[in-house]
Amino acid sequence: MRVGVFICHCGNNIAGTVDVAKVAEEARNMPGVQFATDYMYTCSEPGQEEIKEAIQREQLDRVVVAACSPRMHELTFRRTVEKAGLNRYFFEMANIREHVSWVGEDKDLNTNKAIEAVKLAVEKVKQNKPLFPSSFEVNKRVLVIGGGVAGMQAAIDCAEGGLQVVMVEKSPSIGGMMARLDKTFPTVDCSICILGPKMVDVSQHDNITLHAYSEVEEIKGYVGNYQVKIRKKATYVDWTKCTGCGECTEKCPSKDAYDHFNYGVAPTTAITIPFPQAIPKKATIDPTYCRQFVRGKCGVCAKICPADAIDYEMKDEIVTEEVGAIITASGYGLIDLDRLPEYGGGRYPDVVSGIQYERLLNASGPTEGHILRPSDKEEPKTIVFVSCAGSRDKSIGIPYCSNFCCMYIAKEAILTRDHIPDSKVYVFYMDIRSPGKGYDEFTRRAQEEYGVRYVRGRVARVFPKGKKMIVKGVDTLLGTQIEVEADLVVLATAVTAAPGAPQLAEKLRISYDQHAFYVESHPKLRPVETNTSGVFLAGCCQGPKDIPASVGQGSAAAAKVLSLFSRDMLESDPAVANVNINVCVGCRKCINTCPYGAIEEEELRDGRIVAKVLETVCAGCGVCTSTCPCGAIQLQHFTDNQLLAEVNALCLS
Amino acid sequence: MAENEYIYYPGCSLEATAIEYNMSVRLIFKALGIKLVEPDDWSCCGSTPAHSVDHVFAGALAARNLAIVEKMGASTVITPCPACLSAFKKAHLRMVDNEEFKKEVNELLEVPYECGVTAKSVLQVLLEDVGLEAIAEKVTTDFPDLKVAPYYGCIIARPPEVMQFDDPENPVAMDKILTALGVEVCDFAFKTECCGAAFGVVKKKMVNELSSKILNMVLDCGANCLSVPCQLCQQNLDLRQDQINATMHASFKLPVLYFTQIMGLAWGYSPRELGLDKHNVRADHLIRSKRSIEEKRREEEEKAKTKKGKGKKGKVKKKPKAPKTEDKKAETKQPEAKTEEA
Repeated sequence: MRVGVFICHCGNNIAGTVDVAKVAEEARNMPGVQFATDYMYTCSEPGQEEIKEAIQREQLDRVVVAACSPRMHELTFRRTVEKAGLNRYFFEMANIREHVSWVGEDKDLNTNKAIEAVKLAVEKVKQNKPLFPSSFEVNKRVLVIGGGVAGMQAAIDCAEGGLQVVMVEKSPSIGGMMARLDKTFPTVDCSICILGPKMVDVSQHDNITLHAYSEVEEIKGYVGNYQVKIRKKATYVDWTKCTGCGECTEKCPSKDAYDHFNYGVAPTTAITIPFPQAIPKKATIDPTYCRQFVRGKCGVCAKICPADAIDYEMKDEIVTEEVGAIITASGYGLIDLDRLPEYGGGRYPDVVSGIQYERLLNASGPTEGHILRPSDKEEPKTIVFVSCAGSRDKSIGIPYCSNFCCMYIAKEAILTRDHIPDSKVYVFYMDIRSPGKGYDEFTRRAQEEYGVRYVRGRVARVFPKGKKMIVKGVDTLLGTQIEVEADLVVLATAVTAAPGAPQLAEKLRISYDQHAFYVESHPKLRPVETNTSGVFLAGCCQGPKDIPASVGQGSAAAAKVLSLFSRDMLESDPAVANVNINVCVGCRKCINTCPYGAIEEEELRDGRIVAKVLETVCAGCGVCTSTCPCGAIQLQHFTDNQLLAEVNALCLS
Repeated sequence: MAENEYIYYPGCSLEATAIEYNMSVRLIFKALGIKLVEPDDWSCCGSTPAHSVDHVFAGALAARNLAIVEKMGASTVITPCPACLSAFKKAHLRMVDNEEFKKEVNELLEVPYECGVTAKSVLQVLLEDVGLEAIAEKVTTDFPDLKVAPYYGCIIARPPEVMQFDDPENPVAMDKILTALGVEVCDFAFKTECCGAAFGVVKKKMVNELSSKILNMVLDCGANCLSVPCQLCQQNLDLRQDQINATMHASFKLPVLYFTQIMGLAWGYSPRELGLDKHNVRADHLIRSKRSIEEKRREEEEKAKTKKGKGKKGKVKKKPKAPKTEDKKAETKQPEAKTEEA
C-alpha cells in the first residue's frame, strides 16, 4: 500500500498554531506512507495539481489530506484523486483546523494532536474499499409547503420552468401574512393589489395543484422520490359546490368566533371566507364555534346555501402526492400579547399588535379601513407605537431582532397621519434599523414630512387611566421620563417561528435552531439549502425577513430545484448500509430501528429470511449497524474494521 | 420536620414596626393547623445595608440562618418579608453556582451551609402548599365595602431568575388569594411600581413622590384600600401617608393592609387580633359593614334570579347550571361555618 499525505497550512489558520512541517515529517514514518508533504493552500489549483502529480510520480494508491473540515473540501479532493485515476473513496480527510488549530493555543500539544489525527486517517484509508455510486430516476414534481409570498414565488417559478408543483397551505386561503397587510413599505403601495395577481397565477397555472386548508401529515422517501401524505382538513363545506357567494357568513348566528385572519382584533362568524380576494374563495366552518357542532342544533347555513354545499358530516381526507423535491416556505408566527404584561398586552383591548393594527387600517378589515379603537369604536387621536415589543429581549428568550418592525411601524405611523390628520403619533424605539434600498429615506420621511414623533427610549409600563392608556417611558436623548396619554397603543410584537415548526422539521428531517427557525446548509453560501438533500427553504421559516428577501429566497429555492431536476438520473451515495447475507440471522431488529424505513425482509432461495437495504432510501446514519447482534449489517465506508483500525491506531501505539 | 409544620423566619421588622404582619401570619397558620417553628438564635438576613457593601459578608449573614435551618433537618424555610426572602435566595443561588463564593462564605461561618434549604415566601406557601380551595373553605365573613388594590412591591417576583415565583411584570398570586376570599380585587396597574423602599431615610422627597403615584393609581382603579405582602411598602404607604399628603398637597386616606390581615378578617377574626389598630390610616370604615357568607350567597342568588327574568331569551337555557352548583356548595359548607362561629 502506498499512501500519500498532504498537510495544508491554510495560510496561518493551521500553520499558526500547528508545526505542519513536523506533522509531515512524522507522517513519513507511519507504516504504509510513501510520501508526505506540507503545502500553503492544498485546496488551490496548484495544490490539487501537486496531489495529482504525486499520485503519478510516487504511484500512490491512497491519499490523505490533513486540512479543514470534510464539510468544506472533501468533495474537492475526492474529485482530485478521481481525476488522477483513483477511486474517490480511496481518499480520507483529517480535520486539523476546526478540530485542532482553531480550538487549541499550545503549539506543541496541537502538533501532537494533528499527528494523531493524520495517523487515524492513514489507518482508515488503508482499510478503505472502492465504492461506486448507482443512479436512480428523479420524479420531477415539487412540493411547496406554505402559500405565503415566498411559497407562491417558488411555486410560480418552478411551474414556469415546466415542473409540476403541489402546494400545501394550512389556512383556508393562500396569501399568507402579506395578504393581511394594508400597504407595503417603502413605496406604500397596496399589498393585496400587488399580491393578488400572484395569487391568481398560482390558482390558474396548469402546472400547480393547490391543497388549501391542508397540512403535511407524513413524508417518506428520499431526494428524487418522496411520498407525501397530505391531510385535507374538513371544511364542512363542499368546495366543489361552494360558489363563495358569502350568504352563509351573513346569516350565521354564531358571531363571536375567533378571527384567525384578523388576529382576533374583532370577532367573526363561525362560517367564514377570510377576505374578499381569498383563493380559493370558499367558506369554511370553525367547529369550535359553530352552533351545529357546539349545541348540535342550528343548520342555518345549510338551509340558506343556494349551492347546497354545507356538509356537517365531512371528515378529514388523506391524499398522497409523489414528488422529487420539497420547498418549505412555512412562514412565521408572532408572540402572544399575553407575554408582554408590562405593556398591558392581552389585558387591555386598546393595546393591539402591529398586525392587528394593519387589519384596522385595511379596507377589508373589521372596521372597513377606519381606525377605530377596539374598546369603544372611537377614533383615536393619540397613538403610540412601541418597537421591539419582545424582540431583542433575552428575558423572554428572544434575543434576536425581528427584522422588519422598524419599517412597518414607520409605514403604519405614516398611514395613521394620513387617515387622521389631527392625530399625534409617537414611536418609542431602541434604534431605527432601516438598511434596505430606500428604507432609511422612508423612516426619515415619517419623521420630517409626516411629523411622527420618534422618542428614543424604552417603554416601562402601559396602564389605563379612565378612557386613556398611559404610556410611561424614558426619552434617553433628553434624559427624562415621559408619560404619553394615548388612545391606542400598538406593539411591534416579536416574530417567532411558525406554530408547529419543529413538528414539520421532524417530518422533513431538517434541523432547526433554539428558536425553531430552520437551519440553512451554510449561513452565507448555501442560504436556501438544508442539510437534507432535496429539501429547500424560502422565507421566514429560516428567520425573520421582509417581503423582497422572502420573494428572493422563493426564486432562489425554485432555481435550486430546477437545477436539481435538470438531470434525469441522480447518483446515490454508496456510503450506505449493506447486509452480509451469510451472517444475517433474520432477527428483524434493524428493520424496526431504521428511522428511514430503508430495510426490508428478503426471502432467499433456501427459504431463509434476511434483511435487505433499499440503497436509495438509506441515509447512511448507521443506527442499524449498532443494533445488529451479529455484525451482519455494515455501513459502507464506515465498517467496523475501518473504525477499529482508527481506534487501534490511537490506543494501541 | 413534622408534616404540619414550617420553619418560620420572621425577620427583624416583624418583631417591631410590622408586628401586625407577624400577628396575622401566625393567626392564619394557627387556623390552618400548621405549626410555625422559629429557628433558634436567628440573626440579621443581610438585606440592603450588607449587600450594598460586600457580597460575601451579605451572603454569610443570610447563610448563617440557612445553616441553622439546615441543622434543624428542614429543607424549607418560610418568611413573610420579601427582603429576607431575596437575601436568602440570592445567597443560596450564588453559593450553588459558585464554589469559590461558597468557600469564602463558609469560612466566615461557624457551621457551614451546604445549600440544602429552599426559601419560600408566606405568599407562595399559602398559594401553592395550602391552596386556594382550603383558603376559600375557611371564609365566614364578607366585607361588601372592601375594594382592594393588590400591590406587590418590587422584589417579591423579581428578578425572575432569583425569585422563581409568579410573573415578574404582572404578578397574580395575591389576586388569586383575595379572589378566593370573595374580596373584590381591582385591576391595579402599579402592582410592581417602586414605593421608594429604604430611601425613605435619605431621600424623603423622592419616596413621597413615588408613593403618591401609587396611591393615586389606587384611587384611579376604583379601589379604597391596598393589600400588600411587604412591610417596607406598608410602612412607606401607610406611615408616611400624612407626610405624602403634606408634601404633595394631597388628601389620601387609604388603609394599607397586609394580605394576611384580609385573610384573617374573611376567616372571621377580629380586627384587634389581626393588629389592624396598629396602622396609621385606619380601615374601620371599610370593615364596619359585614355579613356572613351565607347571607352573601343568598343575596347574590336573589340578584341572579331577578336578572334572569330580565335577561334575553337565548341565554336562559345556559344560565341555570351555574346557581345549581353553588347551591350544593352552600349546603355542604353550612355546618362547617356554624362550628367556627361557635
